[in-house]
Amino acid sequence: MITQAFANGESLRKYCFEHGVTIAEAMQLREEHISEQTREEIRGEMYKNLVVMRDSVYRGLSEKVESVSGLSGGEAAMLFKYGKYSPFSGSNACRAAASAMAVVEVNASMGCIVAAPTAGASGILAGVLIESARERGWTDEQLVDALFTAGAVGLIFAQNATISGAGGGCQAETGVAAAMAAAALVEVSGGAAVQALDAAAMAIKNVLGLICDPVAGLVECPCIKRNALGAVNAMICADMALAGVTSLIPFDEVVATMLAVGRDIRPEYRETAKGGLAVTPTGRRVAERVRRMQA
Amino acid sequence: MKNFSVFDIIGPRMTGPSSSHTAGAVRLAHVARHIAHCDVAEASFTLYGSFAETGKGHGTDKALIAGALGMEPDDPNIKKAYQIARETGVLTSVTFSDEPVEQPNTARIEITGSQGQKTVVIGISVGGGNILITEINGLGVELTGEYPTMVVQHRDAPGVIAEISHVLAQLHINIAFMRVFRHGRGEDAYMTIETDEKITDETLRMIQRLCPNILRLFAV
Repeated sequence: MITQAFANGESLRKYCFEHGVTIAEAMQLREEHISEQTREEIRGEMYKNLVVMRDSVYRGLSEKVESVSGLSGGEAAMLFKYGKYSPFSGSNACRAAASAMAVVEVNASMGCIVAAPTAGASGILAGVLIESARERGWTDEQLVDALFTAGAVGLIFAQNATISGAGGGCQAETGVAAAMAAAALVEVSGGAAVQALDAAAMAIKNVLGLICDPVAGLVECPCIKRNALGAVNAMICADMALAGVTSLIPFDEVVATMLAVGRDIRPEYRETAKGGLAVTPTGRRVAERVRRMQA
Repeated sequence: MKNFSVFDIIGPRMTGPSSSHTAGAVRLAHVARHIAHCDVAEASFTLYGSFAETGKGHGTDKALIAGALGMEPDDPNIKKAYQIARETGVLTSVTFSDEPVEQPNTARIEITGSQGQKTVVIGISVGGGNILITEINGLGVELTGEYPTMVVQHRDAPGVIAEISHVLAQLHINIAFMRVFRHGRGEDAYMTIETDEKITDETLRMIQRLCPNILRLFAV
């Protein structure tokens, strides 16, 4: 049964292997089954997401976006421009990171984005996919497939762990987004389901325990730059998996660990803005300034 | 466990910055507008808990006004909500309250129609853009807006539930959830009916015609 294939990573890998399909194909079969919609309708809906993702990248890189609080805006464009002067991270990774930041800057300016899996982590998948497509000439059809692959990985996290900062810290948001993006890159590049899941596992392992400590409770600092990190995390994990590097700890055990670690993260570090960077002297000053805007 | 769709993970398309503090707020006020079911002349909002603490930075005030003006969570004009309200002659006021509340993201929404009729809706944003309406005009309800929903104000008389469900059955509309609330025995009561199928204006007209005990009926 297609719905049972999504119980965990192992059942999904097995389903894909036995039926000779990609994760993206399995995801679409499941969606057709539960929504009673046609393939065209489902792909059409996903295409609308792609359009908004692409627009949000372009807007953030080209227009002057400024957040409501005045804390962010314009840094994505700075990094993107710098990307052509042989950056240490490589021009591709640098531009993907800039594109990821662009989306979250647009988000902070009350622009339109696609949550993937959340608004705070919305830059990672959009950033790596749009930049990779630009560089490699991927078609929109391939990108829509990539979004289904990413959705499948996110779905397993949502069902077996958590995808909210309040539930599991930043690892559950930018970590999961990076895992989703890593798997998508692997699959569009022709990697097998097992490689895609290994890439996802590695991406989470890299940021296990990452806390959610938003300054003034806003989706800006440190969220925007953590999206930059998430984009690069996704790319290096996709590269590792495609090179044949495997994850010693299997995907499903990593998912379970992320949840267990998330539960151990004290509430101060789970989106409450009561710990971490939010309570530094500067963080408190910024929070006070934002509060005064309200009066 | 919720049966997630792929579009719960890749999506929603929304105006930022926060699914709970912005997208959820738009939906709360949007549903409140449907419940008020009138030309909105005035909309007043009181924000509690985390809505009050970080609402300004998240644009929760603009989101609520936008929803009351009929915008959806992905509308690009949400950030211009104050301006649009002024231009369309809708009076707005937003209060950030430090009164303690049970739920972190609570809003009280008071909508006044052009004839002066008032509707007060209280709701919470529960995360991921999802909402729960908890009170309509002082009456405790539970309404998520996730399914097509019909809100029925009716006389508290025997047989009303049977009449409505009979009409829905004839129209091949399947009831997913149904709840009945009332102030007291024999007083006006409310029913919320969440369905699998869309509720059209034609459906509403049909129910209104066939069920005499219904005082007011609208879809959310």
